[in-house]
Amino acid sequence: MPALPLDEAGKYVAGAYVVFVALILVYVAIIGAKIARIDRQISELVASEDDE
Amino acid sequence: MYSKGLAPLAAATAVTITAALAMVFFYAPNDADQGFVQKIFYIHVPMAIVALCGFVAGGVFAIQHLRSGDSSWDLRSYVAIHLSIILGVGVLATGSIWARASWGHWWVWDEPVLVSFLIVFLLYCVYYPLRFSIEDPGRQARYSSVFAIAAGAFVPLNFTAVRMAESFTHPRVLSQTGGDLPGDMRLTFLVSLLGVALLFVTLWKLELTAKHASMQLKRLRNERLRNRARVAA
Repeated sequence: MPALPLDEAGKYVAGAYVVFVALILVYVAIIGAKIARIDRQISELVASEDDE
Repeated sequence: MYSKGLAPLAAATAVTITAALAMVFFYAPNDADQGFVQKIFYIHVPMAIVALCGFVAGGVFAIQHLRSGDSSWDLRSYVAIHLSIILGVGVLATGSIWARASWGHWWVWDEPVLVSFLIVFLLYCVYYPLRFSIEDPGRQARYSSVFAIAAGAFVPLNFTAVRMAESFTHPRVLSQTGGDLPGDMRLTFLVSLLGVALLFVTLWKLELTAKHASMQLKRLRNERLRNRARVAA
């Protein structure tokens, strides 16, 4: 197939790079949420320890 | 434990990925045959190489686990495979986009490189149900390690078989003669490969840190419950 014109090829290239960035962002967001949950649970544990 | 050196590694990853993106769009020339759409190559191929290396690394960590009995190696193996599957999703998605732009089809079933990667990806998708269907942690780690070793050995075997295949629709990038890439394209590709490899190691360490912290917290809670029960008794 002949090379696509820039305006058409641009959509595909942008799509591929958006997939890559989106994957990384979703992954980091999930790990970030996990770390935030662990942090909250540690705070709760420390607070309950202090109460006792 | 796992977070050692994470901050400088993350900084190096950010710098390398930024440099790679700048080189892709401002330094590397457009491909004479495919034109601008070939820029997908700089993200698709590094992801595929790093994902396959991650699967093999998962097998190597699994060997360490079976040899030593240390569950931290099983955790390393699991996280490496988990991350490689995520990269695998990226490889299949970007590959489909590139195939549509270059060949006019989202998927080509008679192309060995595409189909073999899909087979490897689907093989590793089995890892999750296998791992999480076993409740006993020791057995879970052992069975998962055996799977990781067998599947990890299949990856280079599969790669070699595909290289020996007859179809040449899919371009050969890495060969003994260095492929057909001109110098500036090859440099851009190598920087992209380094960026994705560093990203993999950074995310691997990040997930290991999160999982280790979660396990430590669970251990603390259980210890506290045991102490309470002892005091009550």
